[in-house]
Amino acid sequence: MTMLENKGPAAIPSPREITTEPRFSDKLFRAIVTTGGLSSLVILGLIAVFLGYQGFEILAKEGISFITTSEWTVEVDSFGTITNTTFGLAAMLVGTILCAFIAVLIAVPVSVAAAIFLSFYAPASLKRVLVSIIDLMAAFPSILFGFWGLFVLMPSAEYWAKLINRYLGFIPIFEVDPPIFTRSPFIAGVVLAIMIIPIVTSISREVFSQTPLDRIQAAYALGATRWNVIRTVALPYARGGIVGGSMLGLGRAMGETVAVYTVLNIVYQINWQVLFGAGGNVASLILLKFGEAQPYEIKALMAAGLVLFLLTLFVNFIADQIVAKSGSKGR
Amino acid sequence: MSFQSKNENKEKAMATPSSLASVAANARKPGTNTLGTNALGIGLEARSVHAWFGKHHALANVSLDFPAGTVTALIGPSGCGKSTFIRTLNRMHEFIPGAAMAGEVLLDGKDIYEPGTDVTKIRLKIGMVFQKPNPFPSMTIGENVLSGLKLAQLKNANKDDLMEECLVRAGLWNEVKDRLNAHGGSLSGGQQQRLCIARALAVNPQVLLMDEPCSALDPGSTLRIEETIKELSETMTIVIVTHNMQQAARVSDFTAFFLADGGPGEMIETAATSQIFSQPRDQRTENYVTGRFG
Amino acid sequence: MTQSYVTPKPSRPWRPSPREKAINISLIVASVFSAYTLVAVTEMKGKLAYFFVFFAALAIFNLIRGVITKDWMNGRDQFSSVIMLLGMTIVILPTASILYTVFDRGRRGLHAGLLTNDMSLATPSDPITSGGLLHAIVGTFLLVAVALLVSLPIGILTALYLTEIKGRFTRPIRFLVQAMSGVPSIVAGLFILSSVVYTVTKSYSGLVGSLALTILMIPTIARTAEEVLNLIPNDLREAGVALGGTQWRTVAMGVIPAARSGLITALILGVARIVGETAPILLLTGGGDAVNFNPAQGAMGSLPFYIWKSFLLGTEESITRGWAGLLVLLVLVLSLFLLARFLGSRRTK
Repeated sequence: MTMLENKGPAAIPSPREITTEPRFSDKLFRAIVTTGGLSSLVILGLIAVFLGYQGFEILAKEGISFITTSEWTVEVDSFGTITNTTFGLAAMLVGTILCAFIAVLIAVPVSVAAAIFLSFYAPASLKRVLVSIIDLMAAFPSILFGFWGLFVLMPSAEYWAKLINRYLGFIPIFEVDPPIFTRSPFIAGVVLAIMIIPIVTSISREVFSQTPLDRIQAAYALGATRWNVIRTVALPYARGGIVGGSMLGLGRAMGETVAVYTVLNIVYQINWQVLFGAGGNVASLILLKFGEAQPYEIKALMAAGLVLFLLTLFVNFIADQIVAKSGSKGR
Repeated sequence: MSFQSKNENKEKAMATPSSLASVAANARKPGTNTLGTNALGIGLEARSVHAWFGKHHALANVSLDFPAGTVTALIGPSGCGKSTFIRTLNRMHEFIPGAAMAGEVLLDGKDIYEPGTDVTKIRLKIGMVFQKPNPFPSMTIGENVLSGLKLAQLKNANKDDLMEECLVRAGLWNEVKDRLNAHGGSLSGGQQQRLCIARALAVNPQVLLMDEPCSALDPGSTLRIEETIKELSETMTIVIVTHNMQQAARVSDFTAFFLADGGPGEMIETAATSQIFSQPRDQRTENYVTGRFG
Repeated sequence: MTQSYVTPKPSRPWRPSPREKAINISLIVASVFSAYTLVAVTEMKGKLAYFFVFFAALAIFNLIRGVITKDWMNGRDQFSSVIMLLGMTIVILPTASILYTVFDRGRRGLHAGLLTNDMSLATPSDPITSGGLLHAIVGTFLLVAVALLVSLPIGILTALYLTEIKGRFTRPIRFLVQAMSGVPSIVAGLFILSSVVYTVTKSYSGLVGSLALTILMIPTIARTAEEVLNLIPNDLREAGVALGGTQWRTVAMGVIPAARSGLITALILGVARIVGETAPILLLTGGGDAVNFNPAQGAMGSLPFYIWKSFLLGTEESITRGWAGLLVLLVLVLSLFLLARFLGSRRTK
């Protein structure tokens, strides 16, 4: 306890400072817990450091062209010595973003509709079952989605792609030339969409469930239908959370490896024709090249991993900001 | 008009509850009501209303008439079912999971619980003001007033006039006329509650239900809302739940006393307000209004 | 007090009346009929056509029903409810299809020795009755156990920091945990490769695979544990401190035991998160075909690796083996999930 200054009878006393001296066991406890708590910072920092360290040589050599050009070649002579290399990630970055955006475009409307159904339409018993199924779906490993997508979804999705091409083929991104419809970014996008639907649905459902009851009741008492209430009260309230949840889904879709590798025909070229069977993403490139890579190329893969890591970190950061902002404002 | 004289008239014409409607009609002085009594319709009638939450029987056998153009106060201790009752009157009760009811609520002689009834139409005719002011925070003051029109997608040629009229009737116009584009949340609690009243008025309801509208407000704001209620009662039927017996005495024409005595909440007694507070017939009512419990 | 009334039967007049239910059913029947007719008459074909024509018809019929019986607003309400139902159906269908496919195709790969043999003596085109996935199950078990050993303490400490210490890093750490859960699994694999394999061990093993899984597991455990600890009423903490206990003893003797079953749920969800994780396993474990009980040395098989390898080998037998592996993996995930649910529901009671 500290003494407080005596300032004479009329003076307003300054607030007493309360200090507690924790016992040793508590100090130790707090130190250990804080260290453990900071582990996520340490791990994320180490990821950046080690990938940066391994990939530095490539990044320094290629400079900005590592992410702006799209050629990935390793030339070796007859003795197996590397003679010339070019590493440019642009094609795979485009593929990453393209597949992830297709996934989000498909997943978000479906997930929001499902979340609305669960929050406003489904009877309680049905709701419990459906929520369990969605949670279960979130726990499915990606390899399951990958091979299911390859063997079961692919034939159907190929047919859907042909339909889109037939009726919307005049739009440049839906052109397919030559007509190869299997293993396209579209199909990868559909598989990724199915993988992120549980994430977006459960986050949306959560924000819908937080819609202030008094606002909902006020709207009903004014003679609104259920759809009116959803449109004018619930959706504006949940908008921020839904956008944040979609960003989280986007981040997840960008980093997916196995499912994309399984269903996508990985070709090293920038391909904007989403229905055409060629594409790739950074993660699947790493998996593809890793098996046969020389130590020098592995450094390039490390650099690619760093780019992917920073990209997903950035997307997650934006998502976090949006969710935090929409949560604290009270709307 | 003078509210006081209205009450005096009613006291002279003291009557049994069953003939209260005619008393109310007589009590109204000719010319004070521009719409005329007939235009107000028969009003609202509850017939043997019961309410349940799951297995819990919350309200039993309430039959009560709300004659057109009168103010009825529902009083009683907490948990006596008066809020449950008022929520059965515009079908807000059914939003609570597990809710059930029995009996009839007649608006203009038609049961609002009749299968096939368009419940949104019912709620347009029977407006509601809640305990906590709940303006839509994303809308401006003006948009809040007209939000009912937007929600129910009613057409109105002259929205500005309607907005002004509703705000005037809610006693808020002078305070907000210069900042109709400010957000609803920027008002004080009392102003927000009057904004909610203006919002309810914009869809032109026959009946206005008020569930403890002043319980979250300071005395000054309470007074303003009570004045508003008195003015509104000339053109519509008002039902108000209140914990405050002085408030019931000040604003209402009739008072109904609710009590849950171990079992479900029941209506113990209803009569003209002055009678409830001066010479109640039931001992329990007397105990309550004289402050012996509750 | 005598009861002056007869208690009537509770009713819910806002529920659909028998008449409305009959209309609902007839609208569904009419939509099925429309779907069949339209698919037969026009050139639309396939499951997709049936599916969308059915929902389009149902939505339009409901719109018309609403407009006729009530008004335009009600019609739109009815229409939108069908659209939401469509969204829900699209969400549920893949799950149903996945469960059906895996059980249906995996069933064919089941045989008596599946759980007792390994693949060391079986070639890809051997009949499916030879070999098994004992090595994969042992490997997955060891990988998960080692990962758990590291990530459980870290995850729970992180959660304790967020709920008990609430220091000035609370908000950034909550974000970092969130960001960590978004780290692509392949990046976790590359990280361990660059930081441990190339610098320390110089070889693939189960242990390094576990380390990569740890990174993926920590955020799941930390977040679930945080939720659970937040549910513990503050009274318990205050009571402990008010009795003169140190914070350490209050947490260790009061808070953690009270949250025990919730923390087990966190653990199970963490395991479910990594048990099928494939990408880092492919980079790091080497994926042997024989049973290996030593995580620190030698190639380590695992279920995801087994499945991956079987499908990539491409022979009919190996693909069947792959489905059987997926079935075993799915059963494992399902059991973990149901266990977590069971513990979770017991907690709320």
